[in-house]
Amino acid sequence: MSPILFWLFAFMTLVFGVAVVANRNPVASALSLVVCFLGLAALFAGLDAFFVGVIQILVYAGAVMVLFLFIIMLLDLRVEARRKINPLAYAGGGAVALLFAAELWLVLKRFVPGHSPFPDLPTGAKIDDVRAIGTTLFSTHNLPFQVVGVLILVATIGVVILSKRELK
Amino acid sequence: MNITLNHYLAVSGLLFTIGFAGVLLRRNIIIIFMCLELMLNAANLSLVAFSRYNVGADGLPNYNAQVLVFFIITVAAAEVAVGLAIIVALFRARATTHVEDIATLKF
Repeated sequence: MSPILFWLFAFMTLVFGVAVVANRNPVASALSLVVCFLGLAALFAGLDAFFVGVIQILVYAGAVMVLFLFIIMLLDLRVEARRKINPLAYAGGGAVALLFAAELWLVLKRFVPGHSPFPDLPTGAKIDDVRAIGTTLFSTHNLPFQVVGVLILVATIGVVILSKRELK
Repeated sequence: MNITLNHYLAVSGLLFTIGFAGVLLRRNIIIIFMCLELMLNAANLSLVAFSRYNVGADGLPNYNAQVLVFFIITVAAAEVAVGLAIIVALFRARATTHVEDIATLKF
């Protein structure tokens, strides 16, 4: 991936990530999250993970965020009324997040393999990632794949039960 | 300047920190839920970066990591469905999405 594109999409992802947290309007937050996910999908494509990038757009930016917007509009959430905030809790939360970022920076600075650029793909290599992921998924990771199928079934039943008005 | 593995890991870490700060600082339960999604995606980005960095014997990326990303996306989608159903049920019972109004279990 060319450096310019990397910086463009990295900044897009991070700026709209901040917008998710900073917006007071939940609809604006959700739309910022969509743009953030689009930037992430572009970063995935830059890492030659085209299938994951497409899945990211289809599942996240498409299905999941539509579900979020749907619920926000169903609950008719407006811009939050300003409330009295607890400054101690706010400072504590911010300090924990800053400490986490500082720790990450220290770890990354000492992570020697991370300072070398990505190895080049062999010349003329064809990225056939859908086939490769499919083969790995159905051979090496077959059992987890079926467990995930059961998990989705359980989640679907759970959502139906939770959405019932009267629990009996 | 070449883009190294650390650049991607830094973006991933910053994105995780943003989501983490959102979970700690925001009081709207739906925004907190969106920040959780942000953190899951930050993890996905570092997985994909490592997948591209650790090329196999044939010189192609390590696809085990991308299968793991696939699983994370699937589980996250299921989690969103269940979580939003819980939020809707909560809103029906309490008519609020503000976490400070939902303190029944608070000691």
